Amino acid sequence: MKYSALNLLRNGLRHNRDWPEAWRHPEPKSHYDVIIVGGGGHGLATAYYLAKEHGLRNIAVLEKNWIGGGNTARNTTIVRSNYLWTEAALLYEKSMQLWEGLSNDLNYNVMFSQRGVYNLGHTLQDMRDIERRVSANRLNGLDAEIVTPDQLKRAIPALNTSASARYPILGASLQRRAGVARHDAVAWGFARAADALGVDIIEQCEVTGIERRNNKVTGVQTSRGHITADKVGVVVAGHASVLANMAGLRLPIQSHPLQAFVSEPLKPVLDTVVMSNAVHGYVSQSDKGELVIGAGIDAYNGYGQRGSFATIEHALQAIIELFPSFSRLRLLRLWGGIVDVCPDACPIISKTPVNGLYFNCGWGTGGFKATPGSGWAFAHTIARNRPHELNAPFSLDRFATGALVDEHGAAAVAH
Amino acid sequence: MLLIECPWCGQRAETEFSYGGEAGITRPIDPSALDDAEWADYLYMRNNPCGSIKELWNHSQGCRRWFGVERDTVSYKIAGSFKLYAGEEK
Repeated sequence: MKYSALNLLRNGLRHNRDWPEAWRHPEPKSHYDVIIVGGGGHGLATAYYLAKEHGLRNIAVLEKNWIGGGNTARNTTIVRSNYLWTEAALLYEKSMQLWEGLSNDLNYNVMFSQRGVYNLGHTLQDMRDIERRVSANRLNGLDAEIVTPDQLKRAIPALNTSASARYPILGASLQRRAGVARHDAVAWGFARAADALGVDIIEQCEVTGIERRNNKVTGVQTSRGHITADKVGVVVAGHASVLANMAGLRLPIQSHPLQAFVSEPLKPVLDTVVMSNAVHGYVSQSDKGELVIGAGIDAYNGYGQRGSFATIEHALQAIIELFPSFSRLRLLRLWGGIVDVCPDACPIISKTPVNGLYFNCGWGTGGFKATPGSGWAFAHTIARNRPHELNAPFSLDRFATGALVDEHGAAAVAH
Repeated sequence: MLLIECPWCGQRAETEFSYGGEAGITRPIDPSALDDAEWADYLYMRNNPCGSIKELWNHSQGCRRWFGVERDTVSYKIAGSFKLYAGEEK
C-alpha cells in the first residue's frame, strides 16, 4: 500500500486496522543470487539499489538481530558531505544527492531536514583548516561557506561566542544543505522499499560461516541453516573483522565503542547542527526536543556497545562550555555503538581476494550520512563485479599501494 | 571506566593510561625484503578479535611504562596485566 495523504485518511477512518506490515517476514530460501549480510541502513540500501538499479530480484538481507537495531539506530543522525579530499567529497556528495530525493524515492518519510551543519573553529590553525576545506569543497562543487563569530551569534543565540569563552570561537564552516534525518525511518524505509522489489529480509538470522570452493564464495552458514549464493556482500560495521575472519581475510579495521546521549526534552533552542572538532562534541535538537549529543570514540577496542564514563564527561564538558545554558539539563539516555575504524578514516567498498565476496566497512564514526550512497556504490560493485568510479579509490588494495584517502585530521572529523 | 593494573603502580583508573592497540605485532627485521602486501599486513591489518585480546597500555599519567593487558573486548573484563620484556623487574 502506497503511503499517501489519501491512504492516511482512509486508514484513519478505519481505525488503522488495515495497514499491511511494512515488509514481509519470509523463511529463507535455499539459494539466492546475492546475499547481503547485515540489515542495517547500508545493507538494506545495498539490497534496494541492487533491485532497483541493477534489476536483480533474488536477493536476501540476513540480519542477526532486528532491522535497524545496530549502528543505524545508535548514531546522531548527522548528514553532510563537506569532506576535504576529492575522493571522499564526491562519494559523500553522491549520498547527499540521494538523501535529497530519498523520501519520494522510497515513499517513506525519512524526515531529512537540511538545517545546516556548522563546524566551529577555535584556533588560528582551525580556521586555516576550515578555509582550506571550504575552498576544496567549492572546487568540488559542494556548497560550503565560512561564517564569522557575528554571524554565528545571530544564527545560534545559545552559543557562547564571547571572547572570554574557554574555547573562543573564531568562526566556522557551514554547509547549508547538510542536516539530520530520522535514523529509524531510514532503515524502515529502505527495508519496505527493498521488500516491495522482492528482496527477502530475514531477521534473527546470524551468519556463522562463509563457504568457499576454489577461492569462490558458494554460500553462508547461518543460525537458520545453510544458504547458497552466487555473491555475498558483507556490510556489518563493527563486526566486519569477525566476518572477514570467517573467509580467511584480515582487514585494517579496529572496532571501538562510540557513545552518544540525549537530554531531557526542552523547547526549541537549536535549529541547526553544531560540531566542534577541537573540543570533540557535536549537538543538535531532535523533533521531540531532546538534545542529541555525540562523543568521540573510546580509545580501546571494544565490541560491547558501551564505553567509559570519562568519554561522556569529556564530550559534555565541551558542549557545556559551548552552550552554558545546557548545563542544568539532565541526560535521559546514553548508549554506545561499535564503529569500524579504518587507518585513514575512510570506508572500504571493495571486492576481496575471494571471488564473489564483497566488503563494505570501515565507515568508522561517520557512516550514517553515507547510507544511500554507500548502498548505491556497493550495489554497483556487486552487480558489475567492479567498483563504480566513485568507490574505486576505496578498495581494499589501497592499503598495499599506499593510496590512502586521509580524512583523519583534515576533514571536520568529529562526525 | 576500566580499572587497569599497572605492573609497577598497581590498580589505577583508565584515564591515567594511553592505549597502544593489539600486542605482539613485531616490526619485520628486514622491511625491504617484504612485498607491498606483506608490509601492508604488518602496518595496517589487525586481528581485531571479538573476545579475548592481548593489548598494549602505557601508564602515561604515572610511571610512563608500557605493559600488556589481557582483556575481553565484549565484556571488557580484564584477565590480568603482564610485563612485556624479560628483565623488567625494577
